[in-house]
Amino acid sequence: MNDSVPVLEVAGLSVELPSGADRKFAIEAMSFQVRPREIVCLVGESGSGKSVAAFTVMGLLPKALRPVAGRIALAGEDLLSAPPERLRDLRGSRMGMIFQEPMTALNPVMTCGAQIDEVLAVHTSLDPAARRARILDIMNQVRLPEPERLIDAYPHQLSGGQRQRIMIAMALVLEPALLIADEPTTALDVTTQAQILELIKDLQRDHATGVLFITHDFGVVAEIAHRVAVMQWGKLVEFGTTEDVLKRPRHPYTKMLISSVPGIVPRHRPRPETARPTVLKTEALGKTYADAAWFRKSRTVKAAESVSIEVRRGETLGIVGESGSGKSTVARCVARLIEPSAGRIWLAGDDIAGLSAGRLRPHRRKIQIVFQDPYRSLNPRRTVGESIVEGPMNYGLGRAEALARARSLMETVRLDPGSLDRYPHQFSGGQRQRICIARALAMEPELLIADEAVSALDVSVQAQVLELLDDIRQKLDLAMLFITHDLRVAAQVCDYVAVMSQGQVVEYGTAPQVFGAPRHDYTKALFAAAPGRNWEFGKFAAG
Amino acid sequence: MSAEARIEVDFAASAAAQVKRPSAIGRMLRHRSVIIGGVILIVMLLIALTAPLLGTMDPARIDPTMRNKVPGTEVSLRQDDGSRLVRTAWLGTDSLGRDVYSRVLYGTRVSLIVGLSVAAISVSIGLLIGLIAGYIRWVDAVVMRVMDGLMAIPGILLAIALVSLWGAGLGTVIIAIVVPEVPRVVRLVRSVVLTIREEPYVEAAISVGTPLPLILVRHIMPNTVAPLIVQGTFICASAILVEAILSFLGIGIPTEIPTWGNIMAEGRTVFRVYPHNILYPGIFLSLTVLAINIMGDGMRDTLDPRMSKRV
Amino acid sequence: MLAFVVRRLLATVPVLAMVAVFVFLMLRLTPGDPAAVIAGDNAMPDQVEAIRQKLGLDEPIVTQFFIWIGKALQGDFGESFFFKKTVAELIAQRIEPTVALAIVTLLLSVAIAVPLGVIAAYRQDSWVDRTVMAFSVMGFSVPVFVIGYLLIYVFAIQLGVLPVQGYRPIGQGLWPFFERLILPSFTLSVVFVALIARITRASMLEVMNEDYIRTARAKGLPERTVLLRHGLRNAAVPIVTVIGIGLAVLIGGVVVTESVYGIPGLGRLTIDAVLGRDYPTIQAVILLFSFAYVLINLAIDLIYVLLDPRIRY
Repeated sequence: MNDSVPVLEVAGLSVELPSGADRKFAIEAMSFQVRPREIVCLVGESGSGKSVAAFTVMGLLPKALRPVAGRIALAGEDLLSAPPERLRDLRGSRMGMIFQEPMTALNPVMTCGAQIDEVLAVHTSLDPAARRARILDIMNQVRLPEPERLIDAYPHQLSGGQRQRIMIAMALVLEPALLIADEPTTALDVTTQAQILELIKDLQRDHATGVLFITHDFGVVAEIAHRVAVMQWGKLVEFGTTEDVLKRPRHPYTKMLISSVPGIVPRHRPRPETARPTVLKTEALGKTYADAAWFRKSRTVKAAESVSIEVRRGETLGIVGESGSGKSTVARCVARLIEPSAGRIWLAGDDIAGLSAGRLRPHRRKIQIVFQDPYRSLNPRRTVGESIVEGPMNYGLGRAEALARARSLMETVRLDPGSLDRYPHQFSGGQRQRICIARALAMEPELLIADEAVSALDVSVQAQVLELLDDIRQKLDLAMLFITHDLRVAAQVCDYVAVMSQGQVVEYGTAPQVFGAPRHDYTKALFAAAPGRNWEFGKFAAG
Repeated sequence: MSAEARIEVDFAASAAAQVKRPSAIGRMLRHRSVIIGGVILIVMLLIALTAPLLGTMDPARIDPTMRNKVPGTEVSLRQDDGSRLVRTAWLGTDSLGRDVYSRVLYGTRVSLIVGLSVAAISVSIGLLIGLIAGYIRWVDAVVMRVMDGLMAIPGILLAIALVSLWGAGLGTVIIAIVVPEVPRVVRLVRSVVLTIREEPYVEAAISVGTPLPLILVRHIMPNTVAPLIVQGTFICASAILVEAILSFLGIGIPTEIPTWGNIMAEGRTVFRVYPHNILYPGIFLSLTVLAINIMGDGMRDTLDPRMSKRV
Repeated sequence: MLAFVVRRLLATVPVLAMVAVFVFLMLRLTPGDPAAVIAGDNAMPDQVEAIRQKLGLDEPIVTQFFIWIGKALQGDFGESFFFKKTVAELIAQRIEPTVALAIVTLLLSVAIAVPLGVIAAYRQDSWVDRTVMAFSVMGFSVPVFVIGYLLIYVFAIQLGVLPVQGYRPIGQGLWPFFERLILPSFTLSVVFVALIARITRASMLEVMNEDYIRTARAKGLPERTVLLRHGLRNAAVPIVTVIGIGLAVLIGGVVVTESVYGIPGLGRLTIDAVLGRDYPTIQAVILLFSFAYVLINLAIDLIYVLLDPRIRY
C-alpha cells in the first residue's frame, strides 16, 4: 500500500444534532488523518462527540444525527457520498470496528466461530473448510487458548477478555486498512486491559493497519498512541504527536485534562504523631452466597473471606481490586446493606455484624456510604433538600434544624445552598455526587465509605470530587473507607491500602509501602498492568 | 445500554438537563391517542349519565305488536295512559318489541360501572398485596404460590365459574372479573418493588435509617403509580369486554337489565334476518373498549416508555 | 437435560395443586349443601344421599379434597346429572373439536402475526407500522363474538361461500372438516394475532437496539441477515412466552367462538354446564383447561433451552 495516502482522512466534518439538543453540532468542522501503521487516539470527556466521529466514519450513525459538511475518505475513497451497498461492502472488509462492551457486543445465541464466519461468508467466496481454517488462524493470532474448542463456544461461556479477543478477530479477519476501536478496554479489568492493548499494538504492526482509538483515559493514550486528537464539545482542539500533546499541551483544555490525571505515585501525607482511635475494625469478615436448590448441587460463592481491616479516625483505608475481587462486598457488609456470613464488624467498640434491624438502627447513623452511580443515587422524584434532610429527621432532628444543616453542608461540598429545592435531574453527575456526600455528612458519621464514588465521573470532575473528599476527611476528622479499582485514584487519597483478589486481602500496608515495594505477585501484576505507569503526567497552569 | 442510547446519554449528561422538561402528566395529556380516546370516553360517560334525556324511552318496555322492526321504522308505542306515541326507532326493535336505541344507550351505564369498578378494586387490592409481597420474603413465598395458582386458571373461565356459583348480578360479575385480574396487578407491583429496591437511592435511604414502611411509601410506591395507571386502563377495557361476554353467553348480568351483552344475546336467535340487534351494541362496545385501549397506549408511551415492551 | 426436565416438572406440581385446591374449594365454599348442589334442582333425596356417600361429604374437608382429587387423577370426575353421563365420557366426546380449533388457530395466528410484527418493527413509524398497530389495538377491542357474527354475516350469509356453523370430525373428510373451521379460526385468531404481532414488534424493536446488532452491521452484513439471523432469533424468547401466556386468552375465546359457531366442543360444554348448574362438569372442564395451560407453558419453558444457550439447565 502506498504509505503517503492516509487510510482515513476526515476533513471539515460536521454532524448535526436534532433540534432541541443542547448544541447545534455533535461534531463541528473536524479534521484529522490516520496514516497506515499508525494509532491515532481520539480523547475527550463524555459528550465531547468522540463516539459520534467513529460512528460517522463507519456509516452507523443513528438516524437522528446527520453529517452536514465535510469529507471522509477511506484510503482515498469518499465515504459520505458512497451508496449504502458500497459502505456495507467496506464495513468488515476494509474497515473494522470493536466496541466498549464485549459482554453485549456479541450475539448471545450464536457461537463465536459462526459470528466470525459471517464476515467471511459475506465478503469472500471461500468454501466452508477454507473459512474454518481462516477462523482458526485468526483466533490463534488474537491468542485465544484452544481455538478448536472456543470456535463452538457461546459468548457467555467466555471471559470478558476472551470476548474482546473474539471481537478483534472478527474485525481483523479480513485485514482491513482501518480499525476503529471505541473504548475497547474501558469495561475490562486492568490486567486484561494491558493484554488487549498489547494485542492491538502487535496486530496493528504486523498487519500495517491504521487504528483510530477512542478513549477517555490518558494512561491508555500514553501506552498506545502515536498521535493524539483532543476533543471538547464537538470540536477538535488539539492534534499532534503523543509526545507533544502530553508533554507540551498548548490548548488550555488539554492542559486542564492532563493536569487532572491522578499520579500513580502516592502523594506524601503527613502521619499523625499519636495513634488515633480505631473507628472500624473487621475480624475474619466473610460473605458466602449459596443458591440452595432441589435436585442439584448447591453452588456457593465466597465473595469475601476472612477479611480483617482497620480504619482509624482521620485516616483513609483504600481497598483496591479488580471486578469480582470482593471489595464492594466488604463495603456493603460494613454498611450492613448485606448481612455478613462470618466474622465480626467492630464499630467504635460494638460488634454490628449480627445485629437485627432494630438493634442496628442506632449504629446506622455512624456509617454512611456514597455510591458509584450519581444518576441512580438520588431519588429523582424528591428535591435534593428532601434527600439530605431525610436521615437527620429519621433520628429526631426537627425540619428547620435539618434544613439549616443541609444548607451549611451544601456550602461544605461547594454547591449553592439556594438550590436545595431543585431536583436531581437539574444537576450534573459531579454535582450529584457532591449532593450524595452532603447527604452522608448530614448524618454526622464516624466512618464514610466511598464505593467507587468517583469511577463514573470524567477525569476533570473526578479530580475535584477526590479533592473534596480528602478535604472533608481532614476537616471533620473522619475515618474513610475508599473502594476503587483505579490505582491512580487510590494513590491520591489513601493512607493505607488493602489489595483484594478473589475475596481475600492479599496485601495490606501503608500506601507508600504497597505502591513503592509491592510484595505479593498479584499486586505486582496489578501495578505492571496500569496503563501509562511510566509516564509522568505534568501539572500545567491553565491559560 | 444500547449504542444509540449511549450516544444520546453522552449529550444528556453534558447538558446537565438544565432545560425544564414538561411533566409526564402534561406530556400525557397532549398525546394524540390520549386525547382521541379521552374524548370518545367522555362522550360515552355523558351518554351514560344523561340517557333519559336523549330521546329514549323505558328500555325494558315490551310491546308484542312492535317486534323485530328494522332500524328507521316508524313505530307507534302504547303509553301507560293508553295513548300511542309515534316515533322513529332509529336502531330498530328487538324480538320483544323493545327499543334498541334506548337499550343501547342505557347499556352504557352498566359497561362503564363494571369497567371502572373492576379497575379500581383490582388495582387497590393488587397494590397492597404486591407492596407487601415485594418486601417481606415469607409473605412473598406464600402469596406468589396462591397467585401462580390463580393465574393458571384462564381468566374468563374463572370468571364464568365464579358467576355460576354466586349467581348472576352486577356485584357478583364485578367480583368475578376482579379475582383473575388481581394476580396480574400483584405481579406488576412486585416486579417494580423488586427492581426499585436495588436502586442505590433506596439503599441510601436504608443507610440513613429510614424505617421500612416509610421506604415503601416514600421511595418505592411512587414508582408504581405510572405503570398502575396504565395497567388500570387496560383492566378497565378488558373488564368491559368480559362483562359483555358473560352477558352474551347468558350467565352474566340478569336479562332484565339492559347491557350491551344482553342485547346481543337476545338478538342471536334472529341474527340472520335482523343483524341490527348485534351490530349496534357491538359498535358501541367496540368503540368504548377501543377508546380505552388507545388511551392506555398513549399513556404508556408517555408515562412509562420502558413498559411498551409489555403487552 | 433429563434432570432439568424433571426439575421443571416438579416445579409445576405446587401450581397444579393450587389450581386443584381452588377448583375444589369453589364448590365447597358455596352456600348450601354441596351434594344437593351437585345433584341439581330436580334431584330425589336418595340421589343426594348417594352423592354424599360417594364424595365422603361427612368426612373432614381435607379428606374430602383427597377423595375428590384422587378420583380426578384416575379420570373419575363423577357423574353429570344434567347430561346423564359420566363427566369423563362427556369430555371425551367433546375434546376433538376444541383441540382442532385451537391448533388451527394457533398455527394461523403465528403465521400471520410474526411477519407482521417483524415488518412493523423494521419500518418503525411508517404507514405499515401504524396500520399493524392500529389493527392490533382493534383486535384487542372488538369482542370475539362481534367478529364472529360479522364474518358469518359477510362470508356465510351474504356471500354464501362458507357454512354458517357446525363441526365435522376430521374422519369425515378433510374439506368438510376445514370448511367449517375456517371462520371460527379466523374469528378466534384476531385477538391472538393482535397479541403476537404486538409483542413481536416490541421485542424486535428492543433487540434491534442491542449492541450486537450494531456489531452485525459493522461486519457489513446485509440488512435482511441482521434482521432475521441476529434480530428475530434473539427476539424469539419473549414471543414464545407471550404465545404461551396468550393461550389463556385463546381458551377464553374458544368458549365464546364455540357458542357462536355451534361447535360441540369443551367450550360449548362449559356454557351448557353452567346454564344447567352441572357442577361436576364445570369443575372437570376448568381443571382440564388449567392443567393443559400449565403443561403447555411448561413445554414452552423447555423450548427456551433450545432458543437461548444462556439458559442453564
